[in-house]
Amino acid sequence: MTDTNEGKRRGELWRGTTTPRAPLAPPTDRRTFLKLAGWSALAGGAAACTPRSPEELVPYVDMPEHVVPGRPTYYATTLLREGYGYGAIVETREGRPIKIDGNPGHPATLGASDAVLQAELMQLYDPDRSRTPLHDGTPRSLDALAADLATLRERLLKSGGRGLRVLTPPVTSPTQAARLGALLDSFPEARWHQWHALARDAAITGSRIAFGRAVDITTRMDRADVIVQLDGDFLAEGPAHLAHAADFSSRRRPGPGMLRLWVMESTPGLAGAAADHTLVVPQPRVVRLALALAAELGLAVPAAEGLSPRERRWVAACARDLAEHRGRALVLAGDPQPPAVHALAHWLNAALDAPGRTLEWRDPALARPEPVIESLTALAEDMHRGEVDALVVIDGDPAYDAPADLRFAEGLERVSTVIHHGLYVDATARRADWHVPLAHDLESWGDARAFDGSVSLQQPLVEPLHASLPRLALPEMLMGRWPRSDREVVAAHWEARLGGESAEPWKAALRAGIVAGTASSSVDVVPRPSAIRDALAETPGNADAPAPVLQFRADPHVSDGRYASNAWLQELPRPLTKLTWDNALLISPAMAERMGIGDEEVLRVSTGQATIEAPAWVLPGMPDEALTIWLGHGRAIRSGGEGDSLADGVGVDAYPLRTTGALFARTGIDVEPVGRRYALAATQHHHRMEGREPVRRMTLAEVLDGRDHAPQGDEHPSLYPEPVPAPFDVDAPQWGMAVDLNACTGCMACTAACQAENNIPVVGKRQVRAGREMHWIRVDRYYEGDADAPRTLFQPVPCQHCENAPCEYVCPTGATQHDSEGLNVMVYNRCIGTRDCSQNCPYKVRRFNFVEYNYGAQEAELLSALRNPDVTVRSRGVMEKCTYCIQRISRARRQAKIEDRPIADGDVVTACQQACPTGAIVFGDVSDPESAVSRAKNHPLDYALLAELNTRPRTTYRARVRNPHPDLEENDSSGGDKAHG
Amino acid sequence: MPQLFPRWSNSVARLAFATLLLCVPAVVAGLMLHVRSDWFTGAGIAPVQPVPFSHAHHSGKLGIDCRYCHTGVESSPVAGIPPTRTCMTCHSQLWTEAEALAPVRESMASGQSLRWTRVTDLADYAYFDHAVHVHNGVGCASCHGAVQTMPLTMAPHAFHMGFCLDCHRDPGPNLRPPARITDMDWSPVDGAADTRALLAHYDIRSERLDDCSICHR
Repeated sequence: MTDTNEGKRRGELWRGTTTPRAPLAPPTDRRTFLKLAGWSALAGGAAACTPRSPEELVPYVDMPEHVVPGRPTYYATTLLREGYGYGAIVETREGRPIKIDGNPGHPATLGASDAVLQAELMQLYDPDRSRTPLHDGTPRSLDALAADLATLRERLLKSGGRGLRVLTPPVTSPTQAARLGALLDSFPEARWHQWHALARDAAITGSRIAFGRAVDITTRMDRADVIVQLDGDFLAEGPAHLAHAADFSSRRRPGPGMLRLWVMESTPGLAGAAADHTLVVPQPRVVRLALALAAELGLAVPAAEGLSPRERRWVAACARDLAEHRGRALVLAGDPQPPAVHALAHWLNAALDAPGRTLEWRDPALARPEPVIESLTALAEDMHRGEVDALVVIDGDPAYDAPADLRFAEGLERVSTVIHHGLYVDATARRADWHVPLAHDLESWGDARAFDGSVSLQQPLVEPLHASLPRLALPEMLMGRWPRSDREVVAAHWEARLGGESAEPWKAALRAGIVAGTASSSVDVVPRPSAIRDALAETPGNADAPAPVLQFRADPHVSDGRYASNAWLQELPRPLTKLTWDNALLISPAMAERMGIGDEEVLRVSTGQATIEAPAWVLPGMPDEALTIWLGHGRAIRSGGEGDSLADGVGVDAYPLRTTGALFARTGIDVEPVGRRYALAATQHHHRMEGREPVRRMTLAEVLDGRDHAPQGDEHPSLYPEPVPAPFDVDAPQWGMAVDLNACTGCMACTAACQAENNIPVVGKRQVRAGREMHWIRVDRYYEGDADAPRTLFQPVPCQHCENAPCEYVCPTGATQHDSEGLNVMVYNRCIGTRDCSQNCPYKVRRFNFVEYNYGAQEAELLSALRNPDVTVRSRGVMEKCTYCIQRISRARRQAKIEDRPIADGDVVTACQQACPTGAIVFGDVSDPESAVSRAKNHPLDYALLAELNTRPRTTYRARVRNPHPDLEENDSSGGDKAHG
Repeated sequence: MPQLFPRWSNSVARLAFATLLLCVPAVVAGLMLHVRSDWFTGAGIAPVQPVPFSHAHHSGKLGIDCRYCHTGVESSPVAGIPPTRTCMTCHSQLWTEAEALAPVRESMASGQSLRWTRVTDLADYAYFDHAVHVHNGVGCASCHGAVQTMPLTMAPHAFHMGFCLDCHRDPGPNLRPPARITDMDWSPVDGAADTRALLAHYDIRSERLDDCSICHR
């Protein structure tokens, strides 16, 4: 935690932007100024006289098969997160990966993506990645490492591997698990531990309580009529969240049988925002609400005490809804909840006839399902006892993210050889004897299972950028089987099943990105009520916990800290808070008022053992008497490149407060204002709709009653020419977009995908604070109703491509104008930067390059490799905005022209549309009445944003529809705009 | 107070004003001419290349089709510069000792690419697609000129926006029958092409071809 000014200076700028860090030049007198002005005019003129510097053309020596220079090539591969596989299709240009999207054939992505999947590209090219092996901090070669490991191997062979420990994240990869198994076979005394700060321990222990064995849940939300979530966020967390989003949204189309979602949550999340009824309580209180719900449904559980009348009413209505939809209901327990709640959810699901209908119990996807906290605790204890001789940490930073009471960093000092294999020179790397750069997933061979057990292969898209080793390398080295390529290791593992790399099934699996028929089989298990009852009785939470509660959650984008130096993710506004570049103590409006504090006020939180100081952020929908802080910030990384790491000085490290007994919430904390402020950068500061109704809402009952059109705004006199001058009769497609606000979950995947596709720069914290973020599509977040339990509304806003575009009338140079396909286009090289267009835009979707964000940056050469060659990189002084992915339109147009056919519906898919996990964005030709977008726009709930201005936007929205339960409707519906502003 | 300036300073001032009035437009006109000059645009100037490759020999004399080397021209936005391997298909047999070809053999042996200097340089903010042009009746010679006569390759003219727009606004005169796209000696007069028939054949409607978004994005 640094003071306010320090914080502003450090970590504020995407490295290398030319904004001066030094004070501006001293004031000059008039005479000097005139001299300088004269010289610079001359110099400018002279510079313009030089011919363009010649460009080089560098052809291949031997052209690889299938490569056509200038055309993209797509490959299927797999990216790992928390050990689970996410199938991706990666676009490469002449060997450079430039865009990641979901693989439509992979169960975990279904063709969609989230912000993190998009930003894995930035992770690959991240200039902060470590670039060379380090021995005690000194750069060494990979050969030196191999030699040293050979010596270690000799030493370990003598003792049968006594004292050898390997620490990995949870592993689903069949190859990695098999090779670690082989390592344990050759060193019988060695141990394999797993740790991930956000691992789903409670789900594993919960299923052990309920069934006596570890069981995974896979859901079929498309078959559910009622879903109840007991804390957590099924739309944002866990390896199945994209599949959840797709299934869930498929049942949220307004009409008879629309799914109803009930959410209990302790921190506002995407599921809570999507829910019809949200109950906000501090995390420990969820247990007793779950008990009350179970009791209402007739399960014999310990009685719930001390429910408020509102909670009682909520739970009763929820239970009635569940009971009425037996066989079509689903109960989900969130990761932060204790195992007993997960076990109770299993019991509830069994009682509601969910198994086989809305969910399936399956064999776990993890190779070794175990609560990782127990695994790490055992390791830490052995380290402190001096029983660990050599520790190999693969892809982890336990010195940073292990619970504080394990004193992991201290323990490392008692290990004679620590080898760290990771992407960054982080806290663990600095304490290790050897640091080995880890190859990124896009540089490696491998495999992984998705949440449902399906295996997909991982193939490299690019040669390693740095002197790194793949994830599978170190165990092979220890087994004396090096040098051996990771491709051989994976192919050898799949030899028996797929016939290895020469066989057709292997090639088919690589091409498709999925190994057919590998999903785990469902298991026939029955919950054991007595065991669940015992576990519930032992679980605290049914008594009043001492307030306040401090809750730990993963940063929505930076996760557990893995992406701390990822510029795209740091600058991507978090869905609910719209904060960038920092974490904060999230606090409810009521609690903030009681404490007499506001946004950015620094609070000191102490637990007795540890203290942190972090700025407060008042968040409507936070439970009272609870604070939430995101993990993953304040990570100390030494940049592998020049200059400071991007993660330096960003946010506050909350791990020192986290202990083995309190992984997600802890009580017994003191909170007090420190009396100073820390500047935070948020992208939205006003949260009320002020009667302009940008997001129109209805209830399902109103829709079914025939009030089937979105409420319309007031008519205003218009100064625009009538009829619209846009040449609709031209024989050209007319592009338009429809956004379904009922499907949008606010996850920010669209913004991240747009950033990757359109070469959108990162501007840094200080520029964001000045309102200069560059994202072409923003997701606005509004609240309505009571500030303590508000309803949250999301609205993605790209350029609306108005037919009566206000921006075009004021441009002095004609840099923005309409083309005959109805696009409002920007001609960058005509723009002189008056910014009148932005001033005149009622939607505020135009973005201006106030400083040079792209060229001249440190590491510019490395970062230029991730740019999309089809999109102009804009320089300083130029206005830009959403183009409806004009490069994709152009590609479709040219391809159609080459093939001598019209552009078909679906030929053009914008980047945001492609990424959206719920299909909320539809794009196409609005002049074709049969196109998907025309059908979407003909829907009775379709409306235009600020239609009363008569700008005739080509982007329209479909109203948000809620499906409240009749018993709670009168209390919850149509609240005024009372929310926090 | 005595007079500060002598009388002749009036004449000097008038002369200075007149000069200024003449000079400013002259300088502006000079600069405008300058940016259009061949020296500035590189038109008609053959840059020094690692190998003195002659289109006059390969295309003109030997009659090798453009697509033998520029393989991407029908399928990709870029026509492509041939990989060293393409040169060596012939030159592993012919002129194997030639001094001028030493860099090619070296490239093949070492795996290091030849580094050519770009001859036809379009502004980076304009996006040109070879494939769509050659599929719609625009021949190689229309933009690249008579390369079959060039011992050393040069751009035949400047690639200003006006050059592109002339054709985008009135594509007819530059269209050829599909079989004549890579025919370097074909000319509309000899071919007696029917402009209207070609426009219909390729289904080209020029009213949209001068939209900004056709080339800029």
